[in-house]
Amino acid sequence: MNAVILLFPGTNRERDMAIALHKATGRKPAILFHQETSLPAGTDLVVLPGGFSHGDYLRCGAMAARSPIMPAVRDFALKGGHVLGVCNGFQILTEAGLLPGALLRNASLRFLSMDCHLRVETTRSPFTARWQKGETFRAPMAHGDGNYFCDDETLARLQAEDRVAFRYATARGEATAEANRNGARDNIAGILSENRRILGMMPHPEDLVDPLMGGTDGLPLFESIAEALATA
Amino acid sequence: MEHPLDKRRAGDDKAPMSSPAPSPAGRPAPELLAPERARQLAAEFGLKPEEHERALAILGRQPSLTELGIFSVMWSEHCSYKSSRVWLRQLPTKAPWVIHGPGENAGVIDIGEGLAAIFKMESHNHPSFIEPYQGAATGVGGILRDVFTMGARPIANLNALRFGDPSLPKTRQVLDGVVRGIGGYGNCVGVPTVGGEVNFHPAYNGNPLVNAMTVGIAPRDRIFLSAAAGIGNPVVYVGSKTGRDGIHGATMSSAEFSADSEEKRPTVQVGDPYAEKLLIEACMELMATDVIVAIQDMGAAGLTSSSVEMAGKGGVGIELVLDDVPQRETGMSAYEMMLSESQERMLMILKPGQEHVAEAIFRKWELDFAVIGHLTDTGRIVIRHKGALEADIPLAPLESEAPLYHRPTAETPKQPVLDAAGVADPAGIAPALLTLIGSPDLCSRRWIWDQYDSTVGGQTVKRPGAADAAIVRLEDSARALAMTTDCTPRYCAADPEEGGRQAVAEAWRNITATGALPLAITDNMNFGNPEKPEIMGQFAAAVRGMASACTALDFPVVSGNVSLYNETEGRGILPTPAIGAVGVIEDAAKAVGYALRPGQEIVLVGETKGWLGQSLWLREIAGREEGAPPPVDLAAERRHGDFVRAQILAGTVAGCHDLADGGLLVALAEMAMEGETGATLEPAPGETLTGGIPPHAFWYGEDQGRYLLATTDAAALLAAAQAAGVPARRIGRAGGGDLVVPGADAISVARLREAHERFLPGLMAR
Repeated sequence: MNAVILLFPGTNRERDMAIALHKATGRKPAILFHQETSLPAGTDLVVLPGGFSHGDYLRCGAMAARSPIMPAVRDFALKGGHVLGVCNGFQILTEAGLLPGALLRNASLRFLSMDCHLRVETTRSPFTARWQKGETFRAPMAHGDGNYFCDDETLARLQAEDRVAFRYATARGEATAEANRNGARDNIAGILSENRRILGMMPHPEDLVDPLMGGTDGLPLFESIAEALATA
Repeated sequence: MEHPLDKRRAGDDKAPMSSPAPSPAGRPAPELLAPERARQLAAEFGLKPEEHERALAILGRQPSLTELGIFSVMWSEHCSYKSSRVWLRQLPTKAPWVIHGPGENAGVIDIGEGLAAIFKMESHNHPSFIEPYQGAATGVGGILRDVFTMGARPIANLNALRFGDPSLPKTRQVLDGVVRGIGGYGNCVGVPTVGGEVNFHPAYNGNPLVNAMTVGIAPRDRIFLSAAAGIGNPVVYVGSKTGRDGIHGATMSSAEFSADSEEKRPTVQVGDPYAEKLLIEACMELMATDVIVAIQDMGAAGLTSSSVEMAGKGGVGIELVLDDVPQRETGMSAYEMMLSESQERMLMILKPGQEHVAEAIFRKWELDFAVIGHLTDTGRIVIRHKGALEADIPLAPLESEAPLYHRPTAETPKQPVLDAAGVADPAGIAPALLTLIGSPDLCSRRWIWDQYDSTVGGQTVKRPGAADAAIVRLEDSARALAMTTDCTPRYCAADPEEGGRQAVAEAWRNITATGALPLAITDNMNFGNPEKPEIMGQFAAAVRGMASACTALDFPVVSGNVSLYNETEGRGILPTPAIGAVGVIEDAAKAVGYALRPGQEIVLVGETKGWLGQSLWLREIAGREEGAPPPVDLAAERRHGDFVRAQILAGTVAGCHDLADGGLLVALAEMAMEGETGATLEPAPGETLTGGIPPHAFWYGEDQGRYLLATTDAAALLAAAQAAGVPARRIGRAGGGDLVVPGADAISVARLREAHERFLPGLMAR
């Protein structure tokens, strides 16, 4: 698998992401600066990591979505390329129109940094195949604007097309209001594109891939995509 | 006529001098202030009359406005340490692993594998009271720059915070703003905030303390220093543009507060963490090349202190043309530019002809880059703006003639040792625990750390609340750093020497309790008005106590910061020498937290005598703040700590917690809550746990040098302790859902947790 991590000014979780991808694939991913206008030949996964691109000084992700590299990412996605956006990366993907909906300010109006539990809502994706449907896993979250919102029609489509990847839940897998710390619509933590090859999610599976750091709950995501792209 | 001060400077100076400095009378002079106007402005800028006279003597004439501004900030308490220097010299600063001690932007220690840890703690107290969010945010930004300017990538932020009475609305406002500010800045720059401490006390009502610490990592042979060198080399400005914010911030930080403090808001700087993040990446990229001669951040007193200190340390002169300084406001004067404390700026000396290398990197990161001057052989700082000379000051006397005060000191009267037998227990053991564990100084800090990104970087082994010190692994290594901040201000107020000793010892203990080897500290000395003998006496005594502990524990001071005049309306804060400590553990997998797990046995290390003086039990339960604080026996401290660390590394200890605020039962409750288990405390057959000590003194006394260990093999641990001559006893076993204490009602851990977690969210939801 040839993964490329995009680096926007203000991106700050690119090293975490590189560690996770390295762990799952045995290969160090390339890191590409936002001023580039094309992806390296042979790229089969583009990753938009977390951070505060352009300081989040406009809407989170709005400026990065208009970076010089983004037309190439859009072309790549339209041709069926795989894209993963985590946290600020998810925000950028919604601003770029590659995923529906928007990430609003957390309902508490405070930055939230803590472990949350995610319930796997579908295994029909190259990012979630290694899990069982309904299984829960832990992931750190660290965001001020992770409150997923979409209109009724979009929500109905996401549900009808089985495109909700993860929901915030209790450790036992109940998608309760208490487990939904940022106030996301319908407890949504991550969604898939129509072709199921683009995943956007708020929490950070890349920060839980080592027992020393508290567990390997996030590893199946990277192993899933590595397996999907190794056999592709 | 040559001025005598110039002669002395020329004689002492090691700088290459092409010709002696011409006499002041023979030099072109800037536009000078009239004597009366100069005196008046000097007073406004905080220069004492005798300091003003000294400045005139150095210049050999009246000053210009810009020159007066430069003297006043360089000789402010904040920049010159004029009241504290004589005492700080007593602190031990050397050890075989110390690479750079105090005097650089931050301290540097060898941590093995060819790497160095670079760290420092610094206060932003005054700005944080005036404008809590920006004050705290720029505190974080400033300390980050002190660390990455030396070539280190920051890997961890910590802080030490003190707030006033939590029942006051103002305290909630300040707490909320400070926490948001620390998070807003640290989260954005992508440096995990992994640890800290918080106290509440009415003495901080009008003067909260915000001490921020950054720890970074650099290759040992790639440390960047600030001494300028190379006559003719370009002086380069990078980072954000200069505005009018923060002018005279350093002077403000050197004065007491009064009712009109709110009017000083314009002297508070505004932070831009995004610019800082870009600055970090650009500096890291530039530092991987070979073009930097010297580099320093523009912190307090901005362009003035960075240019004066860099040239001064290098023994060279410096000439700046301010027209070339990137500016974000129009019509700024030389005075304003030299005094601005706009954030996220750095000053560098580059190798000649290499400007294009640096410029390309800074342009890539969308930052300003400008050559604003060059080094000279004159030993003077010369400032030009719009074709006019604005300042021309000899550098050596600006430093060597800086005021140094041996201020009078008065000893803090010793308090009598409180006899525990004479203090009745008004509450009972179980109710006291529920009260203590939910009290402002002992309640859970989760509400705070949940707002700080503690995992970014992917190397955080022990997050806040998991261990006595935060543990962050070094990327691509098994090695990790252990980091903590500590001070017990109520001890320091009662006995500054004992309190200073205890602060260092507790930091050492907290590092030790994870299994890491404590290596060095940074100190952040927060005190009141040094012109009062009792305050200066507190300072001197605290330094004495700290020095004794640093020496006994091989724990040198490698960097630090002094914040004086922490008073409002004539009332001082509790003396607060906050200690930031760093240790190393070779195998991060061996580090332990303090969670107690069911089935584990509990072993108490150290001697318990039931010291109630200045304890939290005495304050929160008996309503008394009195008595001598618990003494630290440094030899025992060392023996106990070395034993505990060795046992952790040998794998016989699964969890460890030092006994501090609240004593034994509070520590046990914290371990039980973290590990989600109860515990039954039981004496050995034929003994009692408390011996002859009153139960409340046994369970809540704050005797020093103690640890609680969780182990699966207490017998082996006790045998090892006996062999090492370390007092240790098994006091119980973990399991069930209650804490069962002999002679007291069982206390449900679920109820303890509820009380522990309730306070801060409840306070801040109001």
